[in-house]
Amino acid sequence: MTNHWIDLKNSDVILAMGSNPASNHPISMKWIMRAREKGAKLISVDPRFTQTSAKADLYAPLRSGTDIAFLGGMINYILTNNLFFKEYVVNYTNASFLVNVDYKGPADLDGLFSGYTLETKKYDKASWAFQKDENGISLKDPTLEDPNCVFQLLKKHYLRYTPEMVTDITGTPLDKLLEVYKLFGSTGTPDRVGTECYAMGWTQHTVGTQNIRAMTIIQMLLGNIGVAGGGINALRGESNVQGSTDHGILFHILPGYNPVPNASLVDLAAYIEKNTPTTKETRSVNWWSNRGKYITSYLKAVYGTAATKENDFGYSWMPKLDVGMNASWLMIFDKMYKGDFDGFFAWGQNPACSGANSNKTRMAMTKLKWLVNVNLFDNETASFWRGPGLNPKDIQTEVFMLPCCSSMEKEGSISNSGRWAQWRYKAIEPIGQALPDAEIVNELYFKVRELYKKEGGAYPDPIVNLSWDYGTQDAAGKVKHVDTHAIAKEINGYFLEDVYDTKVDPPKLIGKKGDLVTSFPSLQADGSTSSGNWLYCNSYIMKDGKPTNMMARRGKDDPTGLGLFPGWTWAWPVNRRIIYNRASVDLQGQPWDPKRPLLKWNATKLAANGKPGVWEGDIPDGPAPPMGTDGKLPFIMKPDGVASIFGAGLMEGPFPEHYEALECPLENNAMSKQRINPTIKIFGDKMDVSFSCDARYPFVCTTYRVSEHWQTGCMTRHCSWLLEMQPQNFVEMSFELAKELGMSNGEAVVVSSGRGEVKAVAMVSERFKPFKIMNSTVHQVGLPWHFGWQFPEDGSGYDSANLLTPNVGDANTMIPETKAFMVNVRKA
Amino acid sequence: MGVSRRNFIKLSGGTVLVASLGVNLDPAKAYARELRIKNAKQTTTVCPYCSVGCGLIVYAENGKVINTEGDPDHPINEGALCSKGASVMQLLDHKSRVSKPLYREPGAESWKEVEWDWALDRIARLVKDTRDKSFKTVTKTKVKEKQADGTEIEVEKEFVVNRTDKIAHVGSAALDNEECYILQKLIRSWGLVYVEHQARI
Repeated sequence: MTNHWIDLKNSDVILAMGSNPASNHPISMKWIMRAREKGAKLISVDPRFTQTSAKADLYAPLRSGTDIAFLGGMINYILTNNLFFKEYVVNYTNASFLVNVDYKGPADLDGLFSGYTLETKKYDKASWAFQKDENGISLKDPTLEDPNCVFQLLKKHYLRYTPEMVTDITGTPLDKLLEVYKLFGSTGTPDRVGTECYAMGWTQHTVGTQNIRAMTIIQMLLGNIGVAGGGINALRGESNVQGSTDHGILFHILPGYNPVPNASLVDLAAYIEKNTPTTKETRSVNWWSNRGKYITSYLKAVYGTAATKENDFGYSWMPKLDVGMNASWLMIFDKMYKGDFDGFFAWGQNPACSGANSNKTRMAMTKLKWLVNVNLFDNETASFWRGPGLNPKDIQTEVFMLPCCSSMEKEGSISNSGRWAQWRYKAIEPIGQALPDAEIVNELYFKVRELYKKEGGAYPDPIVNLSWDYGTQDAAGKVKHVDTHAIAKEINGYFLEDVYDTKVDPPKLIGKKGDLVTSFPSLQADGSTSSGNWLYCNSYIMKDGKPTNMMARRGKDDPTGLGLFPGWTWAWPVNRRIIYNRASVDLQGQPWDPKRPLLKWNATKLAANGKPGVWEGDIPDGPAPPMGTDGKLPFIMKPDGVASIFGAGLMEGPFPEHYEALECPLENNAMSKQRINPTIKIFGDKMDVSFSCDARYPFVCTTYRVSEHWQTGCMTRHCSWLLEMQPQNFVEMSFELAKELGMSNGEAVVVSSGRGEVKAVAMVSERFKPFKIMNSTVHQVGLPWHFGWQFPEDGSGYDSANLLTPNVGDANTMIPETKAFMVNVRKA
Repeated sequence: MGVSRRNFIKLSGGTVLVASLGVNLDPAKAYARELRIKNAKQTTTVCPYCSVGCGLIVYAENGKVINTEGDPDHPINEGALCSKGASVMQLLDHKSRVSKPLYREPGAESWKEVEWDWALDRIARLVKDTRDKSFKTVTKTKVKEKQADGTEIEVEKEFVVNRTDKIAHVGSAALDNEECYILQKLIRSWGLVYVEHQARI
């Protein structure tokens, strides 16, 4: 989230599209309803009339997989009706930038952008670059009139998204569509603000990234980013999926969003050069120019004293990807299915039910030599070898089920969607012989290291040089029990030497050797500081000479009245509660909306350095004075310093364009000849099939969640209170479709796709309505994905909806398209 | 508890009836609450389900959790919880919780309980053997190289990668930050690059 949960109360218009907060983030509704009590409007756009829709002021249905058409139409509406916030757009976005004259878009090239090569399914992005002057600075037209400026190209691109065209694609009734556009478009004035809440309803598509970008463009046009009550807010699905992402449990990033090195970056200098953006724009903060400090401090945290200047701080010990290698989820299971892996850890996750195309995932696991599953409960992954249709005798996989303990049996922090890292305490000892995950990690570290010390083996250097100072050691040097605070402090980072600011004369001491680093501006690139994750630097600091856990704070002050609660736990970065908050003020540093003053420049108050001028309110994105004086541009993570309406880094184009889902009910994309995203990877095995416009699978389908279960249900199906409320898999359908199929409410049915089938109870309701798509009727159904064969043990819950979903991913992220695919429903 | 759903509804209906007669039950309720958690140790926690980050208070007595409830001081949930958050107690002391490491031999039709040390030793052995057998020091990759005349040509070169492609890992967003950090540190020290979790799906 750019903003945070409580901030929803500050909004005038809340758009829930791609999410269903009432069911899936129920307590967030407290803040949405609080906004409504003050007159705000809630809009719900969803294929199904959800619990959020029931509380909304305005509901508009759309066919799954058509969000870009819907949002593209909104961009067109905002531009045509002149509803955008011009001062914001001109100063804080790249709308005025001039694009290469060779650039062409889908309006010219029938659905493609310039630079496409069919054989590689990739774009050469040279024509998407900005025009530069002789100093390398992007050329701009602040009047927004040059035909090659981003603003005009945007206008041209979305002119094709007329309301009539949009309704033909989405099936949204025209009046509802225009009502949504009008209401959300009303937030482009300085005194009104709108926010967007999305979740997997947007990410799990072959155009997932562009769904979000389309909305981000709207939010930039309306001046809704960086302000209280605004933002583009990912309602994340797991209690610590924000933190686990921040800490780099992904193939492409290390902690703190530092890229995983690839093989061509042969040393640390090459890595830093490649991954440090440069800019000629003097007013850009270009925060990633600090990359060298963050990666060096990370290496010092990981390898400790073994990392020296002479050995490049251990850079060569890190595993490297091949250039262009993709090691993401779908690739893992594709390789596993082909027998390429011997060993597999499924740690606190249940891929047998959570991954798209579960049949392939489950078959893939049968090819493993060994599998380690760590969980509270046995699940469909641990027990895959006795799953439906498999004969255990045929499966030669050695399987371990290691019991870990719940969050109430250990202590540590988790980061919520609003980036608040909150400390949890241990209430009781672990149940039975269960262990905290940290203890299991610790045991495995020492056991493997011991083997290498005893026997030698392939390249033991990264293992034996790892720093592991997490508690009291036994006689053999093994950490007996992990002290979570020691890890939290390592993540924050230490001064490893006395560190001086050498820019002032005489040099001033910033930090004493052995002290915790106060915040990331103090981190160094010379090995004199460590930090396991620079984003969390400032979470565990020295206060009055004592180490202080900022994540455990319980202060209730709310000085701005906006619900920032700056003394409650801690938010990354540096306790900033709303990111890009420098965009909430005008060029003089005064809030666009004086009713919601997130930040305000006080020109007379003296700063800590004795000079006049301080920011009041949230922690600002840097201390520089307002833009109108000699300040800096607000979007500090972007080399240009402004937000990207034109996004030249994306795989499938700089502007979001509507493409149909891989599986869809239409022969043609109404927008162009290009039916599907031209840059997606499609796997080619017989288990990877897909069917569009196929009479065998005539209905659009989506998956979703219910309040009473969580993800694959591993941590809720075992809770009897929850299972009683939602005991088994169901498939929702309209009265019209039920009549067509001769099905009645409560009847057991089978839902099938080209990849598998699953039993469900028919739930016939008005929540789904047939869509009118051009001149034909399209039916959509949907089912939750919380169930699995392993529990309840009698099979009464049925199995996972992911047996149906396709294993095709978004072109940028490879997140699977589990929200739009085709199925059939038949009587059981 | 011995209270069926039907009885529960009857009981709560009865309470409404008493309340409607004007009998004030508040002192009795307060007394009952005091009795239940009077000597319990209180700790705060954050809900392990969705990402809203609601606060809870956990009451434990004699090493057992006897009650959990929404933390009224928590600024996000102000004491409120959803159906899942209100059920976290059921994660504890549950007959389905795995209480000892389980092991399934190749071809076996059932689990057997094993000791931690045995399981961890065996996993360490498998990690080491798989890693040793499959460890890649270098790979060959095609890269573009600038020539003296300024043109670029594609050449195949050897690069150091120091990794294993035979072990993959997924998980987990259910772990604490500190655990995520040391987990990624551990598996990357083994040379794993096929590392993913919930954020990708």
